[in-house]
Amino acid sequence: MNAMTAEWIDVGAEADIPLRGARVVRSLAGDIAVFRAADGSVFALRDRCPHKGGPLSQGIVHGHGVTCPLHNWVISLETGEAQGADHGCTPRIPVQITEGRVLLDARAIARLAVPHG
Amino acid sequence: MAKQKLVVVGNGMAPGRALEKLFELAPDAYEVTIFNAEPRVNYDRIMLSPVLSGEKTYEQIVIHGDGWYIEKGITLYKGHKVTEINRSARTVTSEHGETVSYDRLIIATGSNPVILPVPGHQLSGVLTYRDLDDVHAMMLAAKAGGRAVVIGGGLLGLEAAAGLQAQGMEVVVLHLMPTLMERQLDPAAGYLLQKAVEARGIKVHCKANTHEITGTDRVTGVRLDDGTIYPADLVVMAVGIRPNAALAKAAGLEVNRGILVNPDMRTSDPAIFALGECAEASGQVFGLVAPLYDMAGVVAKQLAGDASAAFSPQATATKLKVTGIDLYSAGDFADAKDREEIVLRDPTRGVYKRLVLKDNILIGAVLYGDTGDGPWFFDMIRRGTDISEMRETLIFGQGYQGGALADPMAAVAALPDEAEICGCNGVCKGKITTTIAELGLTSLDEVRAHTKASASCGSCTGLVEQVIRLSLGDSYNPAAVQPMCGCTDLGHDDVRRLIKAKELKSIPAIMQELGWKTSCGCAKCRPALNYYLICDWPGEYADDSQSRYINERVHANIQKDGTYSVVPRMWGGLTSAKELRAIADVVDKFAIPTVKVTGGQRIDLLGVKKEDLPAVWSDLNQAGMISGAAYAKGLRTVKTCVGTDWCRFGTQDSTGLGVKIEKFMWGSWTPAKLKMAVSGCPRNCAEATCKDIGVICVDSGYEIHFAGAAGLDIHGTQVLGHAKTEDETIEIIAALTQLYREQGRYLERIYKWAKRVGTDSIKQAIIEDPARRRMLFDRFVLSQRFAQIDPWAERVAGKDAHEFAPIGTLSLPQAAE
Repeated sequence: MNAMTAEWIDVGAEADIPLRGARVVRSLAGDIAVFRAADGSVFALRDRCPHKGGPLSQGIVHGHGVTCPLHNWVISLETGEAQGADHGCTPRIPVQITEGRVLLDARAIARLAVPHG
Repeated sequence: MAKQKLVVVGNGMAPGRALEKLFELAPDAYEVTIFNAEPRVNYDRIMLSPVLSGEKTYEQIVIHGDGWYIEKGITLYKGHKVTEINRSARTVTSEHGETVSYDRLIIATGSNPVILPVPGHQLSGVLTYRDLDDVHAMMLAAKAGGRAVVIGGGLLGLEAAAGLQAQGMEVVVLHLMPTLMERQLDPAAGYLLQKAVEARGIKVHCKANTHEITGTDRVTGVRLDDGTIYPADLVVMAVGIRPNAALAKAAGLEVNRGILVNPDMRTSDPAIFALGECAEASGQVFGLVAPLYDMAGVVAKQLAGDASAAFSPQATATKLKVTGIDLYSAGDFADAKDREEIVLRDPTRGVYKRLVLKDNILIGAVLYGDTGDGPWFFDMIRRGTDISEMRETLIFGQGYQGGALADPMAAVAALPDEAEICGCNGVCKGKITTTIAELGLTSLDEVRAHTKASASCGSCTGLVEQVIRLSLGDSYNPAAVQPMCGCTDLGHDDVRRLIKAKELKSIPAIMQELGWKTSCGCAKCRPALNYYLICDWPGEYADDSQSRYINERVHANIQKDGTYSVVPRMWGGLTSAKELRAIADVVDKFAIPTVKVTGGQRIDLLGVKKEDLPAVWSDLNQAGMISGAAYAKGLRTVKTCVGTDWCRFGTQDSTGLGVKIEKFMWGSWTPAKLKMAVSGCPRNCAEATCKDIGVICVDSGYEIHFAGAAGLDIHGTQVLGHAKTEDETIEIIAALTQLYREQGRYLERIYKWAKRVGTDSIKQAIIEDPARRRMLFDRFVLSQRFAQIDPWAERVAGKDAHEFAPIGTLSLPQAAE
């Protein structure tokens, strides 16, 4: 299997994530936040704000964004990028929804374990 | 008609002015005799500093030369100190044995310099700074050069220091307080002054407590408490003055700090007046010339037969007479709860201006660096001018008050780029204008995001908007109302009004009906809307937990590492062995790393893992404890002292009342956190006077306070009213809380709300209108029916279980290698 291929892994039911909310998936590479926006779209990010490592899963979800509970940075759920005047990015994990199940890309999670830079 | 005999003891500026006025009003009424302990005529004591620095001579500061006394037929005894007043014989006697009788007597003995009683204070070379003799002695000492230490960094001390330096000495100023001239200046201006004094080569040592003056017969130095030693050939004490009332006291007149006078300036003996620095009027003694001259005018009128003349203390102004340092202060500029201030800082030009307002009246001013408008401000202080029309431009001075239609933009346009606009974040005008130009910003929010100007306390928002408008021209139209957030153009008050008027009962309804610009709001507006709906539709609106900040969603406080802290309620700060045992067991069972006593009289368990929260709560619930809501924009704690149960000073059962209040009010959601306290007596051990709402028990009942703050801002409370019983107290407090719940903007603490809507309107609703109070109270009671459910118990029972468990756990990544 080459590096570009996804390896999908089931982490739970879509309905178990509250709308405008998030759940945490524990992994050996650290926590992953799985968000469900008001329009039903599901996103996954590493559960660490690029600012001071705040748990984004605990933030308020609005539109396709989340506000970090520690210092109010707004992070895009689509890109993981900080919005507005702040700069920083948290890694994004590809998501697939199949028959009401949430699947994450195991290879992307594995890459989180590799130190960045 | 034979002339009456008027005798004056003292020949300073105040009696000099009184005699001038008297000769104008009644030229021939009195035969005047003056005893002067100093061997000279009346001179301008204020100008001693220019004499010391060599800028003026004694001759130039004489007010009344010998000729004046001859012309007015005054007998002047120079160098005669009066040693006795015989009130029954109506005579005074001098130390040289001269006895003169009087019909009317003026005591104007002035003041004595305070001499610190430290070891060595009597050594040769230790001087005070009071009269011309002191100045001559200093000038003589300075001729030899060497080092001088001036003790006292007030007006006189600094002037002495500058004068001695001008005479060629190396000078150190020692000041007990943290900043210079603390009686005339606020700390910021005191700091600027210290920098300016030091730039002139004078060393300044603040917080300096003199331990001793060293030397055997002549002074050799000064040693401080902290061990610092400053070598000195001359020490000048300028630490203050004390009214010289000894002669009056010996004569049996009533004396406090000074000689007590009535508003007509007469002492307890109606034939005797006291005047000047020796007199105490309205509980005050005076050292600045303006009130002393006012006193002199009253004495002259009384002597001329105008029995209605009366002295009342007015605002005063001070100007530091040190060449090259411009400093002016006037009126009353202390911080107080009912005052507002306008501050302008321009670090590059070294300008600091602070105006203190009360009800749109200027009551105090401190000017540093640019004092040109000092007299203009002082005039307004004395007149009590209403400045609301020119408030926007007031701080820029008279030059900007062109006509009735002063343009505030002109003032902002005239500010230099270095002028600081946002004090919280230290953002100057140039930073804002260049950032706007470079990034093409067009809104206040953008400017806030990129420069942080007005992003903290927000009080400079108006100025920032003016700077934006200057940069963008008319294309920028500052909204009259500050919108709630970027999702709407409506302000908090508009939204609240429309929620009621249009009967909007859900967040989506509000967003739809009020034209929200975003799909589902943001982290600013959603918690606010959620609160407004809870407050306005109790029992009807279902709380939207996804619009709650995390702490209120999971009923614990998030910490920097993502763990939580847990604070159980302890009613009125009371606990028991059972509760403490349960807490100890929880700490052991869940390996909670930190246990801390809070400022609100309860116990904080820090570092609890989110997954453990329901189990921790379950154990605490079983011991009878519920959530302390230490995370809530809602009722937090009610601190108490031990009151009549234990305390020998307690006037009421403050602990019991605090517990009652807390049991009645817990669970209530409010615009911002609500902290309370009940003190059993005015000693105020529960610190009720810096709380959002506080009660001080007194013998006659309960004094109800509100609008205190002890966080980012510090404000003492204001008194709302007085209640005779506990029930009345609770009714007033609940009604006040409900009014705040209904009017407050989300995150607006009580003191800010009170400032915005006005204390009077609150008193009107709660104290003066019993029917309205009752309606507010009833609405509070209704809302409590739906609020008093322990959120911990609900979650122990399974509510929001998804919040406290991960959705899944992966053994990934296996493929990482």
